[in-house]
Amino acid sequence: MIKTLLMNIDEPDQVEIGRVRERGGYAALEKALRMEPAALIEEVKASGLRGRGGAGFPTGMKWSFVPKNSDKPTYLLCNADESEPGTFKDRKLMECDPHLLIEGMAIACYALDCHLSYIYLRGEFEFIAHTLQKALDEAYEAGILGPSVCGRDYALDIYLHLGQGAYICGEETSLIESLEGNRGYPRIKPPFPATHGFLASPTVVNNVETLCALPWIIANGSAAYAAMGTEKSKGTKLFSVSGHVAKPGVYEVEMGYPLMDFINNESGGVPNGRKLKAVIPGGSSVPVLRAEECEGVLLDYESLLKAGSMLGSGGMIVFDETVRMPEALSVIADFYAHESCGQCTPCREGTGWAAKILRNLIAGKGKRPDIDLLLKIADMMEGKTICPLADADVMPIRSFITKFRSEFEELCSN
Amino acid sequence: MIQFNEEAMRQYQAILKRYPEKRPALIPVLILAQKEFGWISQEVAEYVGSLMGYPASDVLSVATFYTMLRKKPVGKYHMEICRNVSCWLMGTYPCVDEIKRRLGVEAEEITEDGKFSWNLTECLGSCGTAPAMQVGDRYYENLTPESVGEIIEKLAND
Ligand SMILES: Cc1cc2nc3c(=O)[nH]c(=O)nc-3n(C[C@H](O)[C@H](O)[C@H](O)COP(=O)(O)O)c2cc1C
Ligand code: SF4
Ligand code: FES
Repeated sequence: MIKTLLMNIDEPDQVEIGRVRERGGYAALEKALRMEPAALIEEVKASGLRGRGGAGFPTGMKWSFVPKNSDKPTYLLCNADESEPGTFKDRKLMECDPHLLIEGMAIACYALDCHLSYIYLRGEFEFIAHTLQKALDEAYEAGILGPSVCGRDYALDIYLHLGQGAYICGEETSLIESLEGNRGYPRIKPPFPATHGFLASPTVVNNVETLCALPWIIANGSAAYAAMGTEKSKGTKLFSVSGHVAKPGVYEVEMGYPLMDFINNESGGVPNGRKLKAVIPGGSSVPVLRAEECEGVLLDYESLLKAGSMLGSGGMIVFDETVRMPEALSVIADFYAHESCGQCTPCREGTGWAAKILRNLIAGKGKRPDIDLLLKIADMMEGKTICPLADADVMPIRSFITKFRSEFEELCSN
Repeated sequence: MIQFNEEAMRQYQAILKRYPEKRPALIPVLILAQKEFGWISQEVAEYVGSLMGYPASDVLSVATFYTMLRKKPVGKYHMEICRNVSCWLMGTYPCVDEIKRRLGVEAEEITEDGKFSWNLTECLGSCGTAPAMQVGDRYYENLTPESVGEIIEKLAND
């Protein structure tokens, strides 16, 4: 299987620029710099690359929304906030191949006519900040970044910016607010970041994995990338798998790869002779799938949607038969209650009450009507808030309860 | 009155240079202040505010949004152990029990010698090596009650 993201992961010293150049690192950037920015955007459009941060929006199209000839500067912000439970793929890329991210960012910046760019890295990843800063320093020293990128008449600065422990800051408008030095409150859209983003200027927010896909696309051409995957989900994708599998980790597969093959082969299957019970395929915000529902499902945006879930961030969590689903849901509900920014009443109150009711149920103090109350709370949250965090709580609540209802009922006294 | 020493002042100037305007530097400066002074007290907020030209209330309203900017002191080694799904599946709570047993303090309390404190935290992006814990700028992964005990012993002798 072709690798477009983890192709260098097994080579030693990917964090050292000398080695990186030897294996052809930054050649795609040099190629991009010989192209017109508009042609570069067309190339990314033609590749079919979709955002890997969770929403799956076509990357080239997002770039084309940035106004040309604006009198304000354009900013590219790399979303390295990676905090969706179950997700640890961006971390792998940044830890093991930081120059791939810098190269991808430089290509995107050139295409967008951006001269100042930030990596918004979650603060807990301070140890990765050291790796990234070293790579950035090397890139400056080698003339890849700075006043004249690779000797061209194009200046680019990339700086690191650390978050401080707020899941919501991964949402792009919250990220922008946070970068501006404020509380990370998501903004009402429109206006969209493409016109009014960082410092009221045109801004593109892209995920780490999205940006890391660019060097391969530029080096090998959009057609080669679009030849991989399915009709609407092109290329390859990283999945981070955790929970009850023999080989948790980060694996790259072509879009459209069978989910059960991924669990049984890449992930090494469910250990200890136990049976598979359920899978959350794309981070804790997406609906859970029962084991039976996983049969025949493919890992791409459309197949997972058809199966009643979503690809999300590719953070797969596997449950074996021993897992008590109400408890798992309670852990998830506590997370959203803790991470709601509190701006919207349905989200602030809904996530909080859902978490409380679930804790009560698990403690054996719940009653049957509580189960329907949870579903009612989900209805009251869905689609009524500024950002999708409330919906991200709705999906697990609704799917866990409807698919494993008897387990919830068993906890109730009447 | 508290103030940045010469080296911190130099870092403060370097932070300002990274941004086209002053305000985006606020959180990086708060991170620096927390490194220097331990946590974001009223006094620290007033100092950062006076340095950058913002009222302390404004500084605190930002700082209190972010869990990593601390609202009270912590031990020299503040152990934050993940309670989210993958870590919970792989056994966070037996490790938490061991932490409690060894340190003899509840969450957010500091041991008498000032060395340790602990708390539960949300997903650390370490779900494949669960359970995971962050102590300062270090991650400890694939934890077991035994390994947690060894980590505490090692840090205690530091
Ligand atoms: C609550 C919430 C949290 C999010 N967290 C992240 C995150 O940690 N990393 C990320 O790249 N995108 C995250 N996103 C998606 C971003 O809003 C945005 O869609 C993405 O960064 C765009 O980049 P892409 O088009 O390259 O995927 C989050 C969205 C929401 C609603
Ligand atoms: S939905 Fe929740 S997290 Fe999003 S803006 Fe509203 S209150 Fe904040
Ligand atoms: S669930 Fe603990 S690190 Fe992700």
